[in-house]
Amino acid sequence: MLATARTFTLDGISARPVRVEVDVHRGLPNFTIVGLPDAAVREARERVRAALVNCGFEFPLRRIVVNLAPASLRKAGPGMDLAIAAALLSASGQLEWEGLAQVALAGELALDGSTRAVQGALAIAEAAREGGAEAIVLPAENGPEAALADGIGVVPVEALGQLPALVGGEWDPPRPRPLPLQLDPPAGAPDLADLRGQPHLRHALEVAAAGGHSLLMIGPPGAGKSLAASRLPSILPPLAVGEALEVARIASACGRLEAGLPGGRPFRAPHHTISAPGLVGGGAPPRPGEATLAHRGVLFLDELCEFRRDALEALRAPLEAGEVLISRAGGRRSLPCRFMLVAAANPCPCGRGEADPDCSCSAYEVQRYQGKLSGALADRIDILAAVRQPSAAEIGGAPGEPSAAVRERVCAARERQESRLGAGRCNAGMTPAEARACPLTAEAAALLAELYARQRLSGRAHDRALRLARTIADLEDAESIGEEQMAQALQMRRRDRG
Amino acid sequence: MADPRACPDCLRRSWLLAALGPYIEKIATGEVGSRSPELLRLSNEDLVEVVAPKVAVAMLARVEALSEERLHEELLAAECWACCRHGALYPDSLRDAADAPWALIGRGDQRLLEELEPFGTVTIVGARRATSYGREIARELGQDLARAGMVVVSGLAFGIDACAHRGAIDGGRTIAVLGCGPDVAYPASHRSLWRQICERGLVLSEFPPGATPWRWTFPARNRIMAALAGMTVVVEAATRSGSLITTDLAADLGRDLGAVPGPVTSRASAGPNALLAAGAHVIRDAQDVLDALLGPGRERIEPARPDLDPDLEAALAAVEAGHCTCDAVATATGLPGPAAAATLSRLELLGYLSCSNLGTYLRTLSPSAGGRAL
Repeated sequence: MLATARTFTLDGISARPVRVEVDVHRGLPNFTIVGLPDAAVREARERVRAALVNCGFEFPLRRIVVNLAPASLRKAGPGMDLAIAAALLSASGQLEWEGLAQVALAGELALDGSTRAVQGALAIAEAAREGGAEAIVLPAENGPEAALADGIGVVPVEALGQLPALVGGEWDPPRPRPLPLQLDPPAGAPDLADLRGQPHLRHALEVAAAGGHSLLMIGPPGAGKSLAASRLPSILPPLAVGEALEVARIASACGRLEAGLPGGRPFRAPHHTISAPGLVGGGAPPRPGEATLAHRGVLFLDELCEFRRDALEALRAPLEAGEVLISRAGGRRSLPCRFMLVAAANPCPCGRGEADPDCSCSAYEVQRYQGKLSGALADRIDILAAVRQPSAAEIGGAPGEPSAAVRERVCAARERQESRLGAGRCNAGMTPAEARACPLTAEAAALLAELYARQRLSGRAHDRALRLARTIADLEDAESIGEEQMAQALQMRRRDRG
Repeated sequence: MADPRACPDCLRRSWLLAALGPYIEKIATGEVGSRSPELLRLSNEDLVEVVAPKVAVAMLARVEALSEERLHEELLAAECWACCRHGALYPDSLRDAADAPWALIGRGDQRLLEELEPFGTVTIVGARRATSYGREIARELGQDLARAGMVVVSGLAFGIDACAHRGAIDGGRTIAVLGCGPDVAYPASHRSLWRQICERGLVLSEFPPGATPWRWTFPARNRIMAALAGMTVVVEAATRSGSLITTDLAADLGRDLGAVPGPVTSRASAGPNALLAAGAHVIRDAQDVLDALLGPGRERIEPARPDLDPDLEAALAAVEAGHCTCDAVATATGLPGPAAAATLSRLELLGYLSCSNLGTYLRTLSPSAGGRAL
């Protein structure tokens, strides 16, 4: 007898539909899985066999062939166990499930027949809805996550043994409560009040947050660069519901939802030894990288000059496009990665800086080190902030302004940008034409023109100064960019060419 | 244009030195290395006998066999010209030295050499590993001295040398003295600077086209740098530094010495500070050089600066006091962060400050019309 069931395999952060066909007929007892299964899928044989027997079903001693269609798609992971078991029960006549073709199943089986959570339940539930399924049956642990997807029934099961009751209509579990979306940073998250003194660094953070500008901090170790970066999510505007769903989908696909949604915007700080695929995603099958995990949040590259050049190079195009394109023989995949780039670097390899008499770096070492600052990612950096060791008076002084107050100003500035540019856009994303259309006072225009002429600013640097000035003006609720705001923007710009 | 030809005997000396490069390198290491100019006092025969006794005869014969036409062909092919100690073009200031080069191979503007006079020439030397303070001062000195009509001589090395050249190149009045052939850009990363100097200034060497640099050729070229100028200025140098070889050589020749003072805690300024303690001229700006070289009383190069806004004055004073980041200036002046940023930006535009690509500020010597050129 033949039976089919619907399930999914995870590909990047989206789920691809897979049809499970099980054929049970006479012949030597055998259990084969075909259709490009990976090792985890192939091992489903043993899990399914044990789970069936331990739940009181009979494992048919016949020739069993499981085909996973489409045959050309590589299937990965243990998430197809439940669908294979259900189709096998149906094919062997142990379960009369007429509606099997209308539901989707996903879940891993334990040997005792209980279900185990799978990665990417949210993406799978959404894919099931797109595929026209009425409901999705999945492990109870995945229920809250899958319930985030509207328009599809969610049936959480704890064990394979519950299937007969479910099919017979004796048991109808309620739809699980969806995972609460955390739009704001969780209580107790790091607060900007910890940054004492350092008024310029605070201002640079505020401008970066308000306009979505990328920020590079240069200063000796221990000056507060990492502290400042980790406070950035707390002053960014709250996530929109759609954005929060995107964040949840990515976290779900990476199996990072077990402890619930972390809340607020993601903050990712990969170590500088990370490889290019680790940073932007890759591998076979393609997995999302740190850039995607930082989607709608902050990607912090500490010790920028220590990162591998190829990793930084790989980050350039995704930064511009807001998505990672991974092209492999098996096809092209796109992963979202709209994040704010924040980087920190020491002034020289030893970190002390040339002004310090103990700095022992050679001219060549310093040149090489700083060369990395001007190459690779540098032309994607909007704001340069020199950070210095805070004085004892500053460290012992009063706490700075708390995140909540700064965030209010940032949100107001973002609203002004959205009303001008359209929903979801900010000044950092202005096209050159839009940047040049920003109204300037005569004095501000004169200031910019003078610098442009004197320092042979590139056109790109010119537009970047305009964007920064526009953000500063938005923070101050100014209609057109004034001289003071332009002067501040020019101070914050990067100094190397471009 | 003067007759570019130099007498073949003097030219052969240059080719001989290039051929002896590795042999001299072998014996002139360490302490002897810095005294390589002493070796160069020897006649051809003695020199070969001392450094390469085994191949002496063959070496001499090979160099002797170079015909005059062949030498000039090689010079022409490398776009170089030459002058020798018997010619009119050869600078008189070099004749003072017992170990003066027999011939000079040049590439670039010959007039710089024709018009060269010691009191119109300043050699700027200093550490390859210079701080941004040293680099900024070297650039300003180069720029202001060239503007005041002086010729700035340096050695195209990393750090101070390159900054002095870059400052002076706009006026076209700079000479780079190399420890390799004048057609060899060394260090290679200064190729574009070398090309600019070839086009607008002058590159000089006692070595023939194509000659590679050796450790001993740098002290050797230092003696030419020291002899060419009426004054040698050290911007930054550690206590044991090649730049101090140049000042020793200059002192031996009776030339003036100048040194730019630096923080007493800075290793990079230990050399010039020690020279100052020993009585060198204090060089704070180009005017100090002119005063020392030509006598006081020359007109100031820059007029006194106009009064600035109180905020600008306060921020400028803070940078002068050593607060080099925007945060430090804000804290020192009590200005809010944004206002401090705007103030620094204005000062930079006015030319009072320069900003490194690490975002740290330095006081420039004088507000200049050209803006920053580093």
